[in-house]
Amino acid sequence: MAKHTLAVLVDNSSGVLARVASLFARRAFNIDSLAVGPTEDPAISRMTIVVNVEGHALEQVIRQLDKLINVIHISEIKPAKSTQEELILVKVMNNPRIESIITKFGAKIVDTTEDAVIIESTNSVALNEELLASLKQFGIIEFVQSGVVALSHGRQSLADQTLDIQSVSTDRQADYQN
Amino acid sequence: MSQQITGAQSLVKSLEAAGVVDMFGLPGGAILPAYDPIYDSKIRHILVRHEQGAGHAAEGYAQVTGRAGVCIATSGPGATNLVTPLADAAMDSVPMVAITGQVPGPAIGTDAFQEADIRGITMPFTKHNFLVTHPDEIPNAVAQAFHIATTGRPGPVLVDVTKDALQAMTEFNWPKEIKLPGYRIPGAPSDQSILDAAQLIFESKKPVFYVGGGVIKANASAELRELVELVGAPVVTTLMALGSFPDSHRQHLGMPGMHGSVSAVTALQKADLLITLGARFDDRVTGKLSSFAPKARVIHVDIDPAEIGKNRSVDVPINGDLKAVIKSLIPAVKRVGKPDLASWWHALDKLKATYPVGYDKPEDGSLAPQYVIERIGQISGPDSIYVAGVGQHQMWASQFINYEKPRTWLNSGGAGTMGYAVPAAMGAKVGAPDSTVWAIDGDGCFQMTNQELVTCALNNIPIKVAIINNESLGMVRQWQTLFYKGRYSNTDLKSKLVPDFVMLAESMGCVGLRCEDPSQVNATIDKAMSINDQPVVVDFRVNRDSMVWPMVAAGTSNDDIMVARETAPDWDSQEL
Repeated sequence: MAKHTLAVLVDNSSGVLARVASLFARRAFNIDSLAVGPTEDPAISRMTIVVNVEGHALEQVIRQLDKLINVIHISEIKPAKSTQEELILVKVMNNPRIESIITKFGAKIVDTTEDAVIIESTNSVALNEELLASLKQFGIIEFVQSGVVALSHGRQSLADQTLDIQSVSTDRQADYQN
Repeated sequence: MSQQITGAQSLVKSLEAAGVVDMFGLPGGAILPAYDPIYDSKIRHILVRHEQGAGHAAEGYAQVTGRAGVCIATSGPGATNLVTPLADAAMDSVPMVAITGQVPGPAIGTDAFQEADIRGITMPFTKHNFLVTHPDEIPNAVAQAFHIATTGRPGPVLVDVTKDALQAMTEFNWPKEIKLPGYRIPGAPSDQSILDAAQLIFESKKPVFYVGGGVIKANASAELRELVELVGAPVVTTLMALGSFPDSHRQHLGMPGMHGSVSAVTALQKADLLITLGARFDDRVTGKLSSFAPKARVIHVDIDPAEIGKNRSVDVPINGDLKAVIKSLIPAVKRVGKPDLASWWHALDKLKATYPVGYDKPEDGSLAPQYVIERIGQISGPDSIYVAGVGQHQMWASQFINYEKPRTWLNSGGAGTMGYAVPAAMGAKVGAPDSTVWAIDGDGCFQMTNQELVTCALNNIPIKVAIINNESLGMVRQWQTLFYKGRYSNTDLKSKLVPDFVMLAESMGCVGLRCEDPSQVNATIDKAMSINDQPVVVDFRVNRDSMVWPMVAAGTSNDDIMVARETAPDWDSQEL
């Protein structure tokens, strides 16, 4: 199994997340992570979905997703030509040695109390996993992780690539009916 | 400023603008505002006895007319009763629009009386669905619903409208265009893919046209016939495709799959090329997928890109409208050349002659179900419409009636919905009032949805129903015979004791007939054919041990087809 990151542009309308989740569940596709948020266009939301599938299944995931009416565009974000990061917040027991470890990962302490600190790290999944492993020794009290978000490198946006809006005259609809 | 009307009036005007002529439904609280303008509308509304009946009727209507079937129901249980027909329509790509009432917007999420999240429930098996909470959104939602339901790969669309949206005031503005940036209908296929397909056809020695229901949806029967006669290759038509290519045609080998003909199943197994047109490599056709047509290269034409390569890898994928694709293939084949199929036909003809689909008459002199169905087909003829339920009778109806024309065979293929036949036949008769419509039903299926015969009787919808009464859930019983040592757990319906189908039919305003003697079959069918002002129900009491053959047991290879119990074809004498 291999991980693939999909950037999915969807209508910003109610029920879209449920449609996507329902599709993944009923077709037995595994989601590794999912992040949803607004885009530069208020009518459109962007989902970043990391799926764990083989080549043939990936094609099915994309084609089935594309059939959802609210899904406007899907693009696979290739790791080599993109930045793909997730956010983690980790609460560990306070310890003077933490500072030197997290500096290596570019992470920072965002809250300190007498006995615990919260560390924030925005990084690739792999480096965040490494960070978590090295923090284990201090006793991880709690951690929370966002979904991966990803942007392709270069000038172009996803929306540029795709948004030729297909509209159909309702006169033609009468033909389909008759 | 244009005139202020209610959301309910806007809904009905929208349905009229979408070209709706007939619809099937049953009112209730949340949809009640819509029923007031329906009272004045030119749209014929047929009041059913159960919403499931409305849904299957809409499917039957759509299958014979090619237009979207429409059903309408109230919130909660009214809407959930449409769930089975919607799932059925999704599996068989039937264009259908369901309108449901919803509790008022402010009450959504409060577990209000008759509240059900029908949009959430139907997400997995509608092509799309809408929850409309503002009256101004109604025309656009309805216009989009019909567009989505009837274009591309057809399918069911549900429009759920809140009661307050129906009651509020609005203006009616039918949209001039439909903007759906996420909805794409495939354009013309590339010239290269057409050429690649023509090249594979030319190079093949054992090609087979594997034809699915898409040919009927695309109204491409005439084009298909031209292509098939040009190439000269054999044709198999799936359960959903019966009638798309004439059964009587010399190149037709029959139906493939679990209960397909030996020649159709074997041709696919031995083929070196499948010319797949609007079919989807369903498990009922392929048997064990890994051993299906092992030597065949595959051309796969489908309007739905997700079907191409879903179950079987493809050599030449062509995403597009079948009619357009076939029209382009014809000149390409003429240019590239036709394959030489003499030795392929030599083998196939022998196979076809050796293993015709047939049946044995019961030794006890009782009525053979296959004979009844065969005679109905012969007497009523290829212009009639035949609608089956699900089970043995469905398979016999697929095997022993000759289908010569598209849209004359309706059944629940993908979902396998028992109870489909009576309401779907009702819808078919409304859509094609001048055709004779026969429901070929089982005694189990019939007891699920026969209440719609009341609807038929009261609305001048004179369908004919043949109950193939083997007093059993026959297909399940057949499996119990074959795979469960004859332990008939819960398949004995005792339908020759109760109900009395003749009395039941008459109590619902139909003519009830009964036949259990083989010598009376013709006279009984003739009698049923002579009644055209009332629905007719015939209780054909048939042998209960008759089985459907040939058969490929579930999950096994198509190479292991059995022509009768414990009887495999004699492969050694074949030259394939």
